[in-house]
Amino acid sequence: MKTSSLIHFTLNGESCTVQAPPMKRLLDVIREDLHLTGTKEGCGEGECGSCSVRMNGELVNSCLVPVLQAEGAVVQTVEGLACGGALHRVQQAFLQCGGAQCGICTPGMLMAAVQLVENNPHPSLAEIREGLAGNLCRCTGFMRIFESVLAAATTDYAAQSEKVENAR
Amino acid sequence: MNTTTTTRIVGAPVHRKEGIDKLLGRARYVDDIEREGMWYGATVRSTIPRGIIRSITYDRRVDWSEFVVVTAGDIPGDNHIQLIVADQPCLADGIVNHCEEAILLLAHPDKNKVREAVSAVRVEYEPLPPVFTIEESERQEQAVWGKDNLLKSFVLVKGDVDSVWNGAAHIVEGEYRTGAQEHLYIENNGIIAEWDAENGVTVWGSLQCPYYVHKTLIKIFDLPDAKVRVIQTETGGAFGGKEDYPSTLASHAALLAMKSGHPVKMVYDRMEDLAATTKRHPSRVRHRTALDKDGKLLAMDIDLATDGGAYSTLSSTVLSRATLHAPGPYSCPNVRVSSKSWATNNVPYGAFRGFGAPQAIFALERHMDEVATALGMDPVEFRRRNFLHTGDTTATEQLMRDPVMMDELLDRALKESNYYAKRAKFAAENPLSAVKRGLGIAAFYHGSGFTGSGERILNSLAGVEVTPDKQVRVLVSNTEFGQGTNTVLTQIAAESLGIDYDDILMAPSDTGIVPNSGPTVASRTVMVVGRLIERAGEQLLNVLRENVGLGARQTRDEFFAACERYRQTNGEVVSLVRYEAPPGIYWNDETYHGEAYPSYAWSIHVAQVAVDMITYSAEVEEFWAVQEVGRVLNPVLATGQIEGGIAQGIGYALYEKVVLNDGRMANNQMTNYIIPTAEDVPPIHAYFEEIPFSYGGYGAKGIGELPHDGPAPAIVNAIKDATGVGFRHIPLLPEDLFIGLAAHQQAEAPANR
Repeated sequence: MKTSSLIHFTLNGESCTVQAPPMKRLLDVIREDLHLTGTKEGCGEGECGSCSVRMNGELVNSCLVPVLQAEGAVVQTVEGLACGGALHRVQQAFLQCGGAQCGICTPGMLMAAVQLVENNPHPSLAEIREGLAGNLCRCTGFMRIFESVLAAATTDYAAQSEKVENAR
Repeated sequence: MNTTTTTRIVGAPVHRKEGIDKLLGRARYVDDIEREGMWYGATVRSTIPRGIIRSITYDRRVDWSEFVVVTAGDIPGDNHIQLIVADQPCLADGIVNHCEEAILLLAHPDKNKVREAVSAVRVEYEPLPPVFTIEESERQEQAVWGKDNLLKSFVLVKGDVDSVWNGAAHIVEGEYRTGAQEHLYIENNGIIAEWDAENGVTVWGSLQCPYYVHKTLIKIFDLPDAKVRVIQTETGGAFGGKEDYPSTLASHAALLAMKSGHPVKMVYDRMEDLAATTKRHPSRVRHRTALDKDGKLLAMDIDLATDGGAYSTLSSTVLSRATLHAPGPYSCPNVRVSSKSWATNNVPYGAFRGFGAPQAIFALERHMDEVATALGMDPVEFRRRNFLHTGDTTATEQLMRDPVMMDELLDRALKESNYYAKRAKFAAENPLSAVKRGLGIAAFYHGSGFTGSGERILNSLAGVEVTPDKQVRVLVSNTEFGQGTNTVLTQIAAESLGIDYDDILMAPSDTGIVPNSGPTVASRTVMVVGRLIERAGEQLLNVLRENVGLGARQTRDEFFAACERYRQTNGEVVSLVRYEAPPGIYWNDETYHGEAYPSYAWSIHVAQVAVDMITYSAEVEEFWAVQEVGRVLNPVLATGQIEGGIAQGIGYALYEKVVLNDGRMANNQMTNYIIPTAEDVPPIHAYFEEIPFSYGGYGAKGIGELPHDGPAPAIVNAIKDATGVGFRHIPLLPEDLFIGLAAHQQAEAPANR
C-alpha cells in the first residue's frame, strides 16, 4: 500500500492538492495540512458534528471521511462562508440571536444550518430540529440556535450584515 | 451601584464581544495553536482502582531513546495539586488510588507514536481492596483516605429539631439519590507548555481559572510567582470541568516540556477526557420533616452525603454549597443539616455548574412533593404556605433584607404554563392513553458568589487601563468560556466610563498581564467582578476630574484627551479596585451561621413531561422558568444561560448516566454517554423579574448555575404527576423507568380487575 497519495479537491472555492496517506481523516488534512483550524474535533466518532463540513453538497462529519474520498470533491468549511467581506446571513443571524456561546460547536453548527437553509429556504421548527440533530451543543440548549436559523431564513440581512476584515 | 438612572449599554442585547471570531472559525482554541518544535504528550494511567505499584517495564520493541519519560521523581518541587487540601499527587508515587490515575508521562515529536507508546508501558501492581460507594466508605472497614475516609463534614443547626418530633401532626421521611454527571464541554481538556531556564514555565490552555493553575505550577516547579505564566486560550465550554483539572494537565505538559526542552502539547481525546477527568459528585440525601396540622414546616432534619472520589479536590466546598442549599427557599424554625463527603476509589469528583446545589435541591424538591402527597395537599399550595419572605431568616439565620418574591415568581410560572388547566386536562386524558402527561414544579434559590467569608478571603483585584492608542482594556483574570464574561464586563466598563462598547477590549487572560480577580466560578463574575469594574470606571473618572480637569459630562474625545494629559504626568492610566464586602455581613465558619451568601437568585421551574408506558421513555414537552436574578445586563446572553442550564438539567434527569465498573467509566464515549440533542430539548420559556442588587455590578446577581438546579426535580415530579410513581433517584433512562413503572403497574393490576 502506498503510504502517501496526491489528492486534489476544491476547498472553499480554491483548488488544492495535498500529499497525505489516503486513510488520513479529512478533518486532519483540513486542520494540519491546509491549516484551516475552524473545523473542530469533538469526539472523533461522528457523534457530535463539530467537524461538519459540506462535501459535494452533502453535510459530512470530516472525522469519518478518509481523504481519498475527497478526490475531486468540492469541500466547504466554516472559513468559506463569509463572502465579499461580509458575514453569511446564517453567521449574521447567529451573531444577533446569540446562537454561539463557547463557539466550539459553532463552525459545525453553521455548516449544518447553511446546508439546511440552502436546501429548504423556509424550514419549520421541526425541520430545523431534525436538520441540526447531528450537531451537539452543550451551552445554548439550542433555543438561540433555532431562533438564529429561523431568523436567517426570514430576514433580509443584505443591508445590515456585519463587515469583517480578512473574510473572503 | 446606580440603579435609578437609565443605562446606555448595560441591559442592551449587544453582540457577543468575541462573536465574529467564533463565527468565522478564527477564534484560536488550544488545539488550533502550534509552537515551533512542538512535541506531543501522553499519559500512562492506572488500570486498577487501588494498589501498590510493583514495577514499570517498557516494551523493548519501542525505541525509547526517541521519547522523553517523566515520573514523580522528575518533579523539582512538591508533587501535589494545590487545591483546598494538597492531597492529590500530580503523578502517582508508588501507590494508586483510582483508575486512570496518572503514573507517568511520555512525549515524542510524533502525535501518533506517543499515543501508541502508552500501551507499551506495562505497570505491575499489588492490588489493595477498593471502596466504590458512599455506604462502603462510611462503614470505614477500609481506610482509603486519612484514617476515616471522611473528606469533610458540616453540621448546620437552627432551633432544635429534636424537640419537635413528638408534637408534630405529620412526619415524612425520604431518601433521594443522584448520579454522577459529565460536563461534556465539546472541547476536551488541553494544554501547551513551554519551559526555559531563564523565564520558567509558560502554559496556554483551555481553562477557567488561570491563577489556580499558577498556584499549582509554582509548587510543582518550586519557582517564584514571576516565573510561571498561565494564559487562557479560547475555551470551548467548561461548566466547572475546567476549574480544577487544568492544574493537573498543565503540570504534566510543563514537566514534559522541561525534560524534553521542547514545547509540549497535550490535548485529550474524548475517551480519555471522559474516563480521567472530574464529574459531578453522586449524592444520597435523607430528609425527615415534621409538619403541623396546617401543613406548615416545623422541622427539617437533613442528612446529606456525597461520594468525593479518591482525592479531596473541591469536595469540601461542593459539600458546603450542598449543605447551604439543602433546606431551600422555605421558612422553618428548626433545621439540622448534617453533611459528609466520603472518599472512595472512584476517579475524583469535582466542580460542576451548581456545585452541590443540584444534588441537594433534587432531594429537597422531590421530598416537598412527597410531603404534599402525604398531607393530601396540592404541591403548589404546600410550597406557597412555607416560602421564605422578606424579613424571614434562612437556615443559617440570615435575615432576608432584600426583597424575596417567591410568591410572585410562582404566580407567574403558574400563569405562563397554564398549570391548573393543563393538569386537569392531563388528568382527564391519561386514563385513556398509553402516553401519560404531567406537570412538575421546583422552587429554589442559588446563592451568588463564594460562600460566607469566601469573597473576603479571595480579596479580588480588578480594573481598567487606557492604552496610548485609545483602547480601554478590562483587567481581570475572569475568563470567557461561553457564558459571556467578555461581553458583559465590556458593557459594564463602557457604561461606567461613559464611552462606547467598541472602545473596550478585554486584556488577555494572562497571569503576566492581569491581576487576580478570583476564579471564574460560583456565578460570581458579573455580580462580584462586574461591580469591581463598575467601581474602577467610576474611580478613573474621579481621578481624571480631580487631576486633569475632565468635565462632569464628558464626550468620548474629552475622555481620551484627559487620559493623555494624565499619562503625561503619571506615566500610565490604570484604575484598580479591591473587593469590599457589603456592610453588615456576618459569617461564622465554625457554626455555619450568618450571611451565607451576599445575595440569592430565586427561581420556579415547571416541566411538562410525557411518559410513554409502552417504551418507558420520558420526554420533556415544554419547560417554563421564571427567575429573579437581580438586574439582567444582557437579555440575549442571560436567556441563553437559562436555556443552556435547563438543557443540562434535562440531561441530568433523563439521559446522562455515568456507568462505573469497578471505578472505571464503562461508557466513556459520546456514543453511549448521551446528552440532549436538538430533537430532545423542548421549547423553553424563560422569564425574568428584575430587582437590582445594591452590591452587584449594575445590580446583577449570579445567574450561571441557577438554571441547573431545578430541572431534575421538576421533571421527576412531573413523572409522578403523570404516572403516580415518585422516583427518588436520577438519572431515569427508560430501563430505570421500566423498573419503577412496571412494579407499580403490577401492584395496581388486581385493583383494576
